[in-house]
Amino acid sequence: MPAKRNRQRRRVPAALLVPAAAGLAFLILPLAGLLARAPWTELPARLAEPAMLDALRLSLVTASLATALSLLFGVPIAWLLARGDFPGRSLLRALVTVPLVLPPVVGGVALLLVFGRSGIVGTWLHERFDVTIPFSTTAVVLAMTFVSMPFLVVSVEGALRGADVRFEEAAATLGAGRWTVFTHVTLPMIAPGVLAGAVLCWARALGEFGATITFAGNFPGRTQTMPLAVYLALQSDLEAAIVLSLILLAVSVAVLASLRERWTAVA
Amino acid sequence: MSTPGAHGLDAHLVVDRGTFRLDLRLQVAPGETVALLGPNGAGKTTALRALAGLEDLSEGHIALDGVVLDGVVPDSAVPDGALPDRPRGGARWVPPEHRRIGVVFQDYLLFPHLNAVENIAFGPRRRGLGRAEARALAAEWLDRVGLGDFGKRRPGQLSGGQAQRVALARALATDPALLLLDEPLAALDARTRLDTRVELHRHLAGLAGPAVLVTHDPVDALMLADRLVVVEDGRAVQEGDGESVTARPRTDYIARLVGLNLYRGTASGRTVRLASGEVLATAEALEGDSFAAFPPSAVALFRTEPDGSPRNTWRAVVAGVHRHGDHLRVQLDGPIRATADVTPAAAAQLGLEPGQEVWAAVKAAEIRAYPA
Repeated sequence: MPAKRNRQRRRVPAALLVPAAAGLAFLILPLAGLLARAPWTELPARLAEPAMLDALRLSLVTASLATALSLLFGVPIAWLLARGDFPGRSLLRALVTVPLVLPPVVGGVALLLVFGRSGIVGTWLHERFDVTIPFSTTAVVLAMTFVSMPFLVVSVEGALRGADVRFEEAAATLGAGRWTVFTHVTLPMIAPGVLAGAVLCWARALGEFGATITFAGNFPGRTQTMPLAVYLALQSDLEAAIVLSLILLAVSVAVLASLRERWTAVA
Repeated sequence: MSTPGAHGLDAHLVVDRGTFRLDLRLQVAPGETVALLGPNGAGKTTALRALAGLEDLSEGHIALDGVVLDGVVPDSAVPDGALPDRPRGGARWVPPEHRRIGVVFQDYLLFPHLNAVENIAFGPRRRGLGRAEARALAAEWLDRVGLGDFGKRRPGQLSGGQAQRVALARALATDPALLLLDEPLAALDARTRLDTRVELHRHLAGLAGPAVLVTHDPVDALMLADRLVVVEDGRAVQEGDGESVTARPRTDYIARLVGLNLYRGTASGRTVRLASGEVLATAEALEGDSFAAFPPSAVALFRTEPDGSPRNTWRAVVAGVHRHGDHLRVQLDGPIRATADVTPAAAAQLGLEPGQEVWAAVKAAEIRAYPA
C-alpha cells in the first residue's frame, strides 16, 4: 500500500500539531468569547447611545485625519527613502521606523515633551499663536499620526522599490518632467501599495491607545476615542465595553478583508 | 547629403563604466535609419540610452539638428538660450524630457494604468496639447498603426504585436526629431515578427528625421535599416550598407551571422597567407593585410586527396555534423577551421562522423579577398 504509506509519511508531527492547535485556540477563543458575551438584543439601542456615538465619531474623524496627514508627509518620505541618493539614508530609514517598535506610551511622553506648554515647539506655539496642543483633539490626531505614519512609509517605500523605474524613464522621453512623472506615472503605478499602506495606517490609528491617553488625555467628546472608551467602560459598564470592542473587531476584520482582496488582486 | 552636425544626428558617445567602455561615433542623416547590430552586451542599448539622455556621457557629445544635447557647446553652434539647459562645467546637458527624442523600448513599457489611447496621448499632452486634442491625435495614430478599435484596451489586454505598434505610435505621436528603437521586434513570436517588421519598415521609410535601431538580429537590421553599424565590445567594428557588410564581413561575429568562413592574413598577389601559415589561393589579386571569406557551400569534402584544378585543399578532421535546412553542416577542425555544407547523399557516401579525417577543397574563384 504505497499510497497509504505516503499519507502517513506526510502526516504533521504531533510535536508541531499540538502547540499549533493550542496557539490557534489561544488566538481565537477570546474573540469567540467576546462574541458569546455580546448583548445582541440590546445592541442597536446601545449603539445609539450618545456617549458611544461620540467616541465612534471622534475615532473615525481623528483616524482619518491622521491617515491624511500620513499620506501628505509619508509618501514624500517614502519617495526620499526609495529614490533619494544622499548620505545617511539608512539612518533616516531607521529613525522613521522607530515608532513601529517604540511603546506608544513613550511616544506620548515624547510628544508631550515637545508640544507641551514647556516643550520647545509647545512654548513657541503658545506664545506666538496662543495655541495649546496637549489634551486637545489635535493632540489625538498628532499622537495617531506619530504611531501610524511609519506603517504607510514602509508600505509605500516597498511599493516604490518594486516599481520599474524604466516606466519613469519612458515618461521622461515623452516629455514629462520629474513632478509630472511622479503624479502621472509613479503614483498610479504604486497606488495599490499606497492604498494598502493607508488602510494599515488607518487601522493602526483607530486602535491607538497609549500615546493618545498620554498626550491627549481622556476627555469624552474631545479626546476620548474608542479604545479609551473601552478601557473606561470596563470599570463601570462591562456591556458597553463589549459593544465598543465588537465595533473595533468588526472594523479590523473589514480592514483585513479589504487588504486581502487588494493583495490577491495585485498578485 | 548634408554637413554632419547641422542636420540629423551627430554623436560621439563615450560611456566609461570601468570594466566596460563604450566609444562610438554615430552620424545619421535626416530620413536615414541606422542599425546598431551586435551581440548582447556590446553596448548597443547603452548607446541608445545615452542618446535619449537616460545615461550620462563620460566624454563626447550629442548634437541633433545642430543643437548640442550633451557635451561641450561650440560657440558657433548654438544661439544663447536656444534650449533649456543645465550647464555642467561649461558643458550643456539637456534632460530627456526636453530632447524631443522618441524611444520605442524593448519591452515597450506601455503604462499599465492607461489604455492604448491614453498611452499615445501622454506625449502630446506633455508637449502642451489640450486633453481633447491629444486624444484626437492619439486616436489618429492608433488608426495609422491599424489599431483603431483597440483604443480602450489596457496594455495587458493587447497582444505582443499590438503592444509593439502602440509603443511605436506613442513614440511617433510626439513628432520626435530623432527616433530610437531598442530591439523593437525581439519580444515577438516569429509570425507576428514578420508582419510587424513590414509595417515598421513602412513607418521608418516615411520618417523625416533620423532613426537609430538597436538589434542583434541581422535580418531585422538588413530589412529595416539603410546602414549598419556593427558594434562589438563598445566599439564600431564595421559600417556600411547591408550588402557590403554581409559580403565582406570584418569580424567573426558578422561572418557567423551571415554564414561565411572568415580568415585574416597577408595577401600577396592571388594568395593570402593566414596567421596559421596556411596559404589560400584567391580570385582577386591583393597586397597586404586582408580578409578572405567563402561560404560553407563552397567547401567540397573528399575521402582522399583530390587533384587537378586551381583548388585549395587541406586535411581536416570532422568536429561535428548537424542538420541545416535541407543539407548537413559540417564543422571542420585542422589547419583551417571552417564549416562546410554537404548534401545528405554526399554525407552518406563519405560516411561522415565526428573524428573522421577528410580532405577539404575550395576553388580559388569561390574565395573573396578584401583589404582589412
